[in-house]
Amino acid sequence: MGGYVAVIITGLAIGTIGRLYLLRVDYRQYPSYPQGYMVHLALGFIAAFLGSVAIPAILAKEYTAVTFLALAAQQFREIRDMERESLRNIEVTELVPRGAAYIEDIAKAFESRNYLAMLTSLITSAVVEFFKKPLWGIFAGLAVIFILSFFTKRKRLGDIAVVRPAEIFFDGSILCIENIQFMNVGHPDSRRIFLEQGLGVIIEPKDDNARASLFNIGQRQAIAHDVAALLGVKRDVN
Amino acid sequence: MENIGLSEIILAIVTIDGTQPASGVPVFYAKDEEEREKIALNLARILSGMVHDLENGTYVIVRH
Repeated sequence: MGGYVAVIITGLAIGTIGRLYLLRVDYRQYPSYPQGYMVHLALGFIAAFLGSVAIPAILAKEYTAVTFLALAAQQFREIRDMERESLRNIEVTELVPRGAAYIEDIAKAFESRNYLAMLTSLITSAVVEFFKKPLWGIFAGLAVIFILSFFTKRKRLGDIAVVRPAEIFFDGSILCIENIQFMNVGHPDSRRIFLEQGLGVIIEPKDDNARASLFNIGQRQAIAHDVAALLGVKRDVN
Repeated sequence: MENIGLSEIILAIVTIDGTQPASGVPVFYAKDEEEREKIALNLARILSGMVHDLENGTYVIVRH
């Protein structure tokens, strides 16, 4: 087993680095707290460990160990449940809720990143084992991280649609954004706030695929949540 | 946040139209537009509702 130490350690390190690379705190403000960071880093570490021991286990003819890998991979599905649950619990405290679709998407992303850590460490350890060159393994692992994170990158709204500012005005008491009648705002002071501080935006899909995507209410809710997170939100809380 | 109460319902009517009948929903008659706006704002804040303008001299307070 002693000969496999370099293989396992290289795989473990690169896999964990891969998980860390994808664990960024951005405008989505999630996971912003150190505990959330720790949970995912620990799970990423375990995933990387499972990935890196697979090749040595096969070579040592420990086939039961490999079947455990499949069993462990199943356990990572729990991560999706964990994320979904925690996001759903804080949903009631959000001024602009994320919506079920967005939560599902975030939960799925967290699950898939653990598989990425596992795959990265698997490939790294395979390269180190077969070519006996740890440096090659490191480069192969980093390449896998970049390739996979490139392919799992999602499109931005600006890629599929034209987002342009639009005029806000009142037709009587009806708030209008360009030609769309929006809502009835009764009080003159409220109207003034809309006119002074409001920002009207029209999103025009570029093609039919984009139209289908934006047709989804979950997408719209997610857009509303992200916009509110970025620009702030003014609303009554009671 | 998780209030229990009625929503999507007219809570009160504020009007400068003296002929507006009171029927089921509380109606507040205001002397002029200024007073109507003041009453409407107060009611909206008290009832956690929103002021909507029917554009016939009548405001309705609705909770969404």
